[in-house]
Amino acid sequence: MIGLAPFAHVELVILIPLAAAALLALLPGYRLTARLNVAAGLLTFIAALALLFAPHRPPGPYLLVDDLNVVFIALNTFVGFTTSVFSASYVGHELETGRLTPAYLRFYHAMYQLLMCAMNVALVANNIGLMWVAVECATLTTVVMVGIYRTHEALEAAWKYFILGSVGIALALFGTILVYVAAQAVIGEGLEAMVWTRLIAEASKFDPALLNVAFIFLLLGYGTKVGLAPLHAWLPDAHAEGPTPISAVLSGLLLNVALYAVLRFKMLMAANAAAVAPGPLMVTMGLVSLIFAAFMLYRRRDIKRLFAYSSIEHMGIITFAFGMGGPLANFAGLLHMTMHSLTKSGIFFAVGHVTQAKGTQRIADIGGLTETHPWLGWSLVAGVVAISGLPPLGIFMSEFLVVSSTFARAPLLAIPLVLGLLIAFAALFLRLNGLAFGEPRGHDHPVKASYGPLFAHLALVLAAGLYLPPQLVAWFQHVSQLLG
Amino acid sequence: MPNLAFDTAHLLAGGLVLVSFVLLYQDRLTALLNVYALHALVLALAVAWQANIQNAPHLYVTAALALGFKAVIIPLALRRIIERLGIHREIEAVVGIGPTMLAGMALVALSMVVMLRVTVAAAPIAREDLAFALAVVLLGLLIMVTRRNAVSQVVGFMSLENGLILAATGAKGMPLVVEISVAFSILIAFIVIGIFLFRIRERFDTVDVVALDQFRGERR
Repeated sequence: MIGLAPFAHVELVILIPLAAAALLALLPGYRLTARLNVAAGLLTFIAALALLFAPHRPPGPYLLVDDLNVVFIALNTFVGFTTSVFSASYVGHELETGRLTPAYLRFYHAMYQLLMCAMNVALVANNIGLMWVAVECATLTTVVMVGIYRTHEALEAAWKYFILGSVGIALALFGTILVYVAAQAVIGEGLEAMVWTRLIAEASKFDPALLNVAFIFLLLGYGTKVGLAPLHAWLPDAHAEGPTPISAVLSGLLLNVALYAVLRFKMLMAANAAAVAPGPLMVTMGLVSLIFAAFMLYRRRDIKRLFAYSSIEHMGIITFAFGMGGPLANFAGLLHMTMHSLTKSGIFFAVGHVTQAKGTQRIADIGGLTETHPWLGWSLVAGVVAISGLPPLGIFMSEFLVVSSTFARAPLLAIPLVLGLLIAFAALFLRLNGLAFGEPRGHDHPVKASYGPLFAHLALVLAAGLYLPPQLVAWFQHVSQLLG
Repeated sequence: MPNLAFDTAHLLAGGLVLVSFVLLYQDRLTALLNVYALHALVLALAVAWQANIQNAPHLYVTAALALGFKAVIIPLALRRIIERLGIHREIEAVVGIGPTMLAGMALVALSMVVMLRVTVAAAPIAREDLAFALAVVLLGLLIMVTRRNAVSQVVGFMSLENGLILAATGAKGMPLVVEISVAFSILIAFIVIGIFLFRIRERFDTVDVVALDQFRGERR
């Protein structure tokens, strides 16, 4: 990978989307801007790949690339790129049907790149203050994009997301301040006491009581953004009412970014022996989210809402796995996170075209997709098979690892875990049956779908289920060790 | 005189908690906005005092922002919005004033117990400031959950945010405080512009969020 070496600058994954956002805000025309959006996504992904293969530079006071976040960055930029490809065909249809005007489209593209920029900053931040600012910025950009259709429901969803998201980031800031106060007593005043690499080095000397309170605030604050129950209320509405590419990015990426923030602070807690173990808190929140979301799946009448609740369910599983800790559970958590990002954004690509073809999001009005739109219908079936954890796809493997590591260490916890998985599985198949098979129902608009991103995601998930390259396994194992 | 420095900081931070309580029992929107302006004024004084005793001139920027933006511009803008929307009427609270005040007292007691106990090692000024700041944050949350009206929820959020700025300035030498306060001001400006641009009243015929809830959930 010598050819990529000139791209191996951490600043590039921030500056490319930022420059693209500025450019897209100024340029008119759908064809040009949609292509530019894709090109910026591709360039950012190349820069991230270069980071992945280049040796890491020593961390600065603001930016950091280590083995943990490089996984997140690569995943983030990859899904960001494929979603921009999907988005190009999606917004083309929205322009034709008049749901989006050219002015809003320009705004949409600029915001899309700004969101990518903010998420990348949050991932490479070595400073807990900078990380917080980046997560806030990502929240703001998604809020305006959720409300972009300006219907009753879209505005209400954006408002709810806004208020709950603001409360979440406010709590996270209080937690960040408390971490600083704890660090200041040891490291001294100033910038150094917010630099994560310094914090983790000195964490064992911090006041444990202060860290405990700080972690509660951070878990609740960033947990709101992860969509953990009971702080999830914004998530289904935001997914259902915004443009579908945004649903894909929210589920596939933004939830991960918030979870990444929680993980960084969890590592800080783990480095201090006297502080309370963060694991049980995360295990509890994860299990509650999983079981709650599994039951909520049954009563969904809206197809995007259905998969939004499925995202809550999977974020619950991932939080549970990271809460269990240890090499195997962390490995399972990382793998599940990757697989969920790929599968769920893939499902949203399919759902986006399905809702355009049928002109509705109501599950009752969509039926017999495999007959009317075989490619879309069967992709949706494949996506649901993958997301509900059937072999031989990737999620089966990661869920299997989560369950088996739980059985080995805490068999009692495995009972509610397996129960939640089975309930969600049954609910998804119940809905899928009506959507994909039986008598064709609903309208039938022509749709120019872009299958490339959809098939790429499904192929990756299938490949991961059949064969994980040993290099990837070694890498994930190494990161699992870091997570502790 | 170190005692004067400490006592004044203590007084101003305590004053902020007191004004938060006054916010809790307002039952008219215009009065609520007036009290919020007072809240921001007290915050500006507290931050300016911290800038003085910490010899941190950059904190004056945060203080000036609190004074100019939060104590003057935002209340004026919100007042214009409620006049345009014609909602001077009483605020509908979910819970009565009595229970709300009791809950508020319990929250203040909780934040004192929690924060004073865990910050034994911190400097006394930071310690008191953090305890008061948490009280202001929790009271802000209480305002948000006990009000149904969108504008008063925003006021609750803004008072919560004032508590955070108090905490950030109280933590001595914390970097990025000014940047964070600017980021928060942008956030608040977004919220206010959001109410105005989305014309929640026109769209929903009320800024009462119960009405928003009717659109919630599945489309039937």
